[in-house]
Amino acid sequence: MSEEKTITIEVDGQPLETKAGALLIDVTDAAGINIPRFCYHDKLSIAASCRMCLVEVAKVPKPIPACATQVMDGMVVQTRSPMALAAQKATMEFLLINHPLDCPVCDQGGECELQDVAMGYGSDVTRFVEGKRVIPENNIGPLIATDMTRCIHCTRCVRFGDEVAGMREMGATGRGEHMTIGTFVAHNINSELSGNVIDLCPVGALTSKPFQYRARAWELTRHTGVAPHDSVGSNIQIHTRRGEVMRVHPHSNDAINEVWLSDRDRFSYEGIKSEERLTQPLIKKDGEWVETSWEEALETAASGLREIASADADQIGTLVSPTATLEEIALAQKITEGLGSPNIDYRLRQEDFRGNSRAVPWLGQSIASLEDVDSALLIGSNIRKDQPLLAHRVRKAALKGAKIQLVNPLQLDLHFDAAQMVSDPAGMVRNLAAIAEAAGGSHHLTEQIEVTDEHKAVAEGLKCSKSTVILLGNIAQSHPDFTILYGLASVIAKAADASVGVIPMAANSVGAAVVGAIPNKGLNAHAMLENPRKGYLLLGIEPGLDINNPALARAAMSGAETVVAITAYRSPCLEETASVMLPMAAFGETSGSFVNAEGRWQSFSGTTGPAGESRPGWKILRVLGNLMDISGFDYSSSEEILDELRGAHGGELQVASLGAAKGKIRSAVTGLARIGETPIYAADALVRRATSLQETEEARDAAVARVNPSVAADAGLLDGEKVAVVQGEGRAEMVLKVDANIPDGCVWVPAAVPGSESLGDQFGELSLEKV
Amino acid sequence: MANEVIFKNRDLDNLWDIEQYRSRGGYEILTRILTEKTPPAEIIDGMKTSGLRGRGGAGFPTGLKWSFINRSAPGDKYLVCNSDEGEPGTFKDRDILRYNPHALVEGMLIASYVIDAHRAYNYIRGEFWEPYERFQNAIDQARAAGFVGKNILGSGFDCELNVHLGGGAYVCGEETALLESIEGKKGQPRYKPPFPAHVGLYGCPTVINNTETLASVPTILREGAERFRDIGVENSGGSKLFSISGHVKNPGVFELPMGTPFSELFELAGGMRDGSKIKAVIPGGSSSPVIPGEIMMDLTMDYDAIAKAGSMLGSGAVIVMDESTCMVKVLDRMGYFYHEESCGQCTPCREGTGWLYRIVHRIENGQGRPEDIDLLMDVQNRIRGKTICALGDAAAMPVAGMLRYYQDEFQYHIDHKKCMAGTGA
Repeated sequence: MSEEKTITIEVDGQPLETKAGALLIDVTDAAGINIPRFCYHDKLSIAASCRMCLVEVAKVPKPIPACATQVMDGMVVQTRSPMALAAQKATMEFLLINHPLDCPVCDQGGECELQDVAMGYGSDVTRFVEGKRVIPENNIGPLIATDMTRCIHCTRCVRFGDEVAGMREMGATGRGEHMTIGTFVAHNINSELSGNVIDLCPVGALTSKPFQYRARAWELTRHTGVAPHDSVGSNIQIHTRRGEVMRVHPHSNDAINEVWLSDRDRFSYEGIKSEERLTQPLIKKDGEWVETSWEEALETAASGLREIASADADQIGTLVSPTATLEEIALAQKITEGLGSPNIDYRLRQEDFRGNSRAVPWLGQSIASLEDVDSALLIGSNIRKDQPLLAHRVRKAALKGAKIQLVNPLQLDLHFDAAQMVSDPAGMVRNLAAIAEAAGGSHHLTEQIEVTDEHKAVAEGLKCSKSTVILLGNIAQSHPDFTILYGLASVIAKAADASVGVIPMAANSVGAAVVGAIPNKGLNAHAMLENPRKGYLLLGIEPGLDINNPALARAAMSGAETVVAITAYRSPCLEETASVMLPMAAFGETSGSFVNAEGRWQSFSGTTGPAGESRPGWKILRVLGNLMDISGFDYSSSEEILDELRGAHGGELQVASLGAAKGKIRSAVTGLARIGETPIYAADALVRRATSLQETEEARDAAVARVNPSVAADAGLLDGEKVAVVQGEGRAEMVLKVDANIPDGCVWVPAAVPGSESLGDQFGELSLEKV
Repeated sequence: MANEVIFKNRDLDNLWDIEQYRSRGGYEILTRILTEKTPPAEIIDGMKTSGLRGRGGAGFPTGLKWSFINRSAPGDKYLVCNSDEGEPGTFKDRDILRYNPHALVEGMLIASYVIDAHRAYNYIRGEFWEPYERFQNAIDQARAAGFVGKNILGSGFDCELNVHLGGGAYVCGEETALLESIEGKKGQPRYKPPFPAHVGLYGCPTVINNTETLASVPTILREGAERFRDIGVENSGGSKLFSISGHVKNPGVFELPMGTPFSELFELAGGMRDGSKIKAVIPGGSSSPVIPGEIMMDLTMDYDAIAKAGSMLGSGAVIVMDESTCMVKVLDRMGYFYHEESCGQCTPCREGTGWLYRIVHRIENGQGRPEDIDLLMDVQNRIRGKTICALGDAAAMPVAGMLRYYQDEFQYHIDHKKCMAGTGA
């Protein structure tokens, strides 16, 4: 059968042109002919088990499921013939006999596929007079509420786990009527994509726990938006009611997130309503924080920075969060420039700036094309946790047979087959250099590199593929030798005819670079702290959690004369370091734009009013600009700023050059080396305050120190014991977890979690002490 | 004319022993095929000529099934023997495994040769421990004699035989559920198409035959396809094993030519137990609709005759019931079986079998409602022809069958809250 051949079929008397071999239900869907269904989902395998889509096909004696029927030329289909309707109504009756008919108290009511289809195909009286099936409650974690008595066994959730999430967390146990969808043994659903089963579930069996019984579907207003965490820029729908964000759903976009959403993007909205939200401007008077008016706060902020700038503009340093909007970052940049300072940066978690490049780090290709590569080398990337939906694309490539290889400082629990080369941070550089040599490239490192068969195998895997991509992830970007890693990646890419790119960390990392939040001749994020400034402007930053070296950041800022923090949250580390806090609108409360990993500009509107006295960031910056008498701050909408930015920066992204394969390996340590990953649910201020996400096993297991059994034995430490992590002057007490995935000589000590504020660089030397 | 094929050697002692089997020509035809390299198409033609139809119940022509396999397709092919014998009333394959296992081994090897399978599985019902040991022993003997393994008899043909013991689910007798079970998954039927001939075990082309079917193959090929065909009648070639049970004096397995009058089989089983009169017969396993005794007495045991009477020859499992039998109770028991054995995958069967059972159970227990007979008919009709596999039909058809001939008993139960037959509520 030729897949390309165009054929004609007839459905309900209407001729339809289509491709041979297409599924009947896809053809009818495209033609706007509605066939009811429950188990079918276009992103999942065919189950053909709900039997709701039975239709009549000429010359076939029995009704057949449209979801599992490939069209053939001349096929004559009737979707509403007596035979088809009888079959559909029969299925509907069977589905309803054991389904609770208490829609008014079901959380799915109003957006339930069963309820909708029952309107069309159900009867108004039940003939079933026996007792209904009841399934006992089970708790599968803080994100998904279960009511399996309502389950209609469509197995979409089961297939999702198997086919998309790559974790077979749910399945069907028991036979016949006793068949139950569940987790086999009692445990939480832990996939970072788990929330998608809420959308997939056609009934009220799996619903959102944070949203449970909060609102009815028909009360909600839907706003399209862009997810604010990873650099995928997933399209979302923000559902609001009476000025309050109630929940977040995916908005389908095949080029970006398809129909999926990561749990981080789905549930982080809870952080909007955190008790730590800053709703009133604050200024520090005599060491005490006092609420004040916007006028006073803005005047204090403006005059503080202006005074420093007028004496020595270089004493101003601006740090912007890569989760801030394009418009906010651009205005912060404009203010910094207007004050005469060259010091601005968004690369808060980067330590190695030897590349000294203003190039824009981005993926180097489209997100969707990742699933078509046949070989990939991921360097310093916990892609599954850092960018769940990019990992999904890579997984798709792997399932199609692509060879995925990783060079990392820890063994990852991946949901696809991959070859993982694990070493301490300095070993990563050596491994990469050896792979570069094996691939036929050269480097100028200050030390000799040994090339093993393993390195040759990796190089071979990259070279004998048609479409190869080399990507550097979050770990690589925080690595003390990022520029060398990048340089080596480029050498390998050249030798293996591969493309090279960076997986940007945050929702607007690319945007920040595009609009120039990178110092030209000024100080970078690290240098601004190493050489403390007198004045800092912080946009959306918590110094103890968002910066590679929080100890350095806190020291530098505590000693500054003026620290203006534009922030949505009143966090302890800002109370300690800032002098003015200007309350900023949070996610969902402001309009703006992000540029995602593939360089796509995506704008969104505000969906609710900002909390309390807080204001959209761009408005705060606009007034600050005006108060400082900097010209060009007369915008009346964020769109105006965007238009200006598009004109100046809207061109195509070029392949970046961010480093060279030369120099000294800085990541080598004599003692234990820290592996300072940022855990998935600690990535930014919003998610850190999303209460349900913080209750997941993933979040609860994040704030620990991990070492492998031999390191633990050498240090005389036991699993579960409390230890002190000592890094420079900093000291943090954490529970020790023995974890064979951590290489020798290393301690996994996360960044951005409580306790880590006093520590130094994410990668650096540390020691462990018994408590 | 009885015992012409499967139980031809039943006079021998230890007839499950390879020496005994070989003393009557066992493994001769396999040897000939492998040494002469008989073209597979020739063997398939022979099978078509023999008129052998699948003995598991569906009666699909065996030669035709084998011909669906594209031998030249790249990759593995598999032969699977279905010894999951779970249909209530059927117990013939068990006796093949116990008493003539080498016929099955030889048949599986020939079929594997024909479809170019180098590995064959026999899926044996989990409860069949003794038959399993017999069959495994037969494989071991055959291997020792050089009939199983690499380069069989120097022919260059490799074939491994494996036994897979089931876990006790009726639905695993459905061929695609059986494949899932062998693959280590939950035994649930697959949606077809694709059929196993294209996408079968581990995604490879696969033939699945019943035990009796495969065990008939050596005799058919050795003694001639025409001879086998002529044992039976038109459209129902050869002889067939009938498992007869119920209220007969001498229940057991009998091998008879297709087309033998039921009355002869009935006589062989010793007729009714003392003092009882025949009431009804389920002619082909519990999923075949019931036929009243007097109609049955005039029927012959072949596919067409039983189908004409509105039932199915099925696996040849004949259940005879006497006048003391309450048909409501019979259906209650059968309904319970299908309700318990539905795999739960597709809606009509998962929900419908339980509903049918509950209605019948209610009637049986004096809680029937006036609308129940109509409801039963409607529910069974709503299951039929709408499920992924035949289990839904198997659960529905007996209901329609019972109501066709014995609706009065159901009505009586509903009206009088008790039974009109000798036993029961």
